[in-house]
Amino acid sequence: MTASGISILGTGLAGLGHAGGRSEQEIIAEASHRAVSASGLQLADIDGLITCSITSPWWVIRIAEYLGIQPTFSDSTMFGGSSFIADLLTARLAISAGLCRHVLICYAATPRSARSNSAMNNMRAQLDPQLYEHPYRPFNPPTSYALAAARHMHEYGTTREQLAEVAVAARGWAMLNPDAFRRDPLSVDDVLNARMLSEPLTVLDSCLVTDGAAAFVVSAADPARDLHPAPVDVLGVGHAHSHRQISSMPDLTETSAARSGRIAFDEAGLRPHDIDVVELYDAFTITPILFLEDLGFCAKGEGGSFVSEGRIAPGGSFPLNTNGGGLSCVHPGMYGAFLVVEAVTQLRGEGGSRQVPDARTALVHGNGGVLSSQATAILANGR
Amino acid sequence: MEYDFARGGVDAHYFAALADGRFEIPRCEDCTRSHFYPRAVCPYCGSARLVWVLASGEGTIYSTSTVHPREGDAYNVALVDLSEGPRLMTRIEQIAPEQVRIGSPVRSRIVSEGGDPLLVFVPREASA
Repeated sequence: MTASGISILGTGLAGLGHAGGRSEQEIIAEASHRAVSASGLQLADIDGLITCSITSPWWVIRIAEYLGIQPTFSDSTMFGGSSFIADLLTARLAISAGLCRHVLICYAATPRSARSNSAMNNMRAQLDPQLYEHPYRPFNPPTSYALAAARHMHEYGTTREQLAEVAVAARGWAMLNPDAFRRDPLSVDDVLNARMLSEPLTVLDSCLVTDGAAAFVVSAADPARDLHPAPVDVLGVGHAHSHRQISSMPDLTETSAARSGRIAFDEAGLRPHDIDVVELYDAFTITPILFLEDLGFCAKGEGGSFVSEGRIAPGGSFPLNTNGGGLSCVHPGMYGAFLVVEAVTQLRGEGGSRQVPDARTALVHGNGGVLSSQATAILANGR
Repeated sequence: MEYDFARGGVDAHYFAALADGRFEIPRCEDCTRSHFYPRAVCPYCGSARLVWVLASGEGTIYSTSTVHPREGDAYNVALVDLSEGPRLMTRIEQIAPEQVRIGSPVRSRIVSEGGDPLLVFVPREASA
């Protein structure tokens, strides 16, 4: 079951929640050091580096400098929050082409402790101009996701209560995770009555703004078995994107997760019912609903009822976002790498009180931009 | 956003036409489809044989959201499907944000905002 020929070795997290004044480079180095050490490697063994940043165009070069490594393969392509999962595809190509042996995939940001200012927000708008959207002042990203949610509610009768169920379930998982940022109880009414951002989404339908770093090491499947006692095999990876701006998305109720998921499932030779634990990017409560449908876990339009009645909460029949997700655990701008780390934790049986019993297979799905870029990977315990 | 009209190009053409009171969209002479936002090549067939046509200005609300800023009044952001096919982001005016409904027929209107022309839409029955 190693169709794609690569495995994930060690993982590392650092600076979750509030990094206490430490810089992005500092916590990315801490997470990376943990991931590399847990892989049975030294930093000097890392000859492939993939990382990206929403602010620095020199990011991968800067991080190599900070870590003191000279990789023979580097990549820093921006896929938003679907980076780090889409990067598995790049890592596999680089390893199979013989360009490198051990790829470190890492990310960090500190938007909570080093808050952005209006000058930086203005600069981002200037660097990625959207002449046909910015004049209408969409409060992005929430407004773009709100437009998708409103259309889903219109077409399929999805309700705000069903959206809220996603946040409530995520909080239930976060309460079992000592690393999670928000661990106080949350009810559907709390979500419905929270401050409205862009209808129908309130501030509690939206992901956190926290600090955090995540890293993991990818190697060819065979040497991985000599390095790590529990390698996690990457059985399939798919990546697809359909638009940059929400006004260019062909159908707001169907994302290109339908394509990325099909590629990943086909390569893995598995189907949705074969998956034990699912980690889906929850930037907003609407996103897991869309991805459950697009990835084939339920029919189009049925995501709202699927997430209801505790099915995706702890104790439910469908373990989803077992760390508490971007909604309640951690969300430093781009969340993709954290999805991988949590899936690997579950597949190794290291989830503590949030552990899903007998988790052998996992699906991770990253989302970038405004439902723009979608990356799916299917992982399995390699032992 | 500040725009340098002297630079030319499709964006400049679009906004210059808008400033002259005309809502124009590109149409492909090969596949005959109209697209939006305006591009240098047709996003449907790849042709560069594009012409500007006057849009009918008629459309239907595809999705809508009321934005609640921390300060100031709530306002509408909407996606409208033009009768020619393309979708665009806009704002529905002449009705309160909470009264904007998906599926409602709307008509374009060019207003001025901060000295720049801006394409908005109004309910079709209110636009006669």
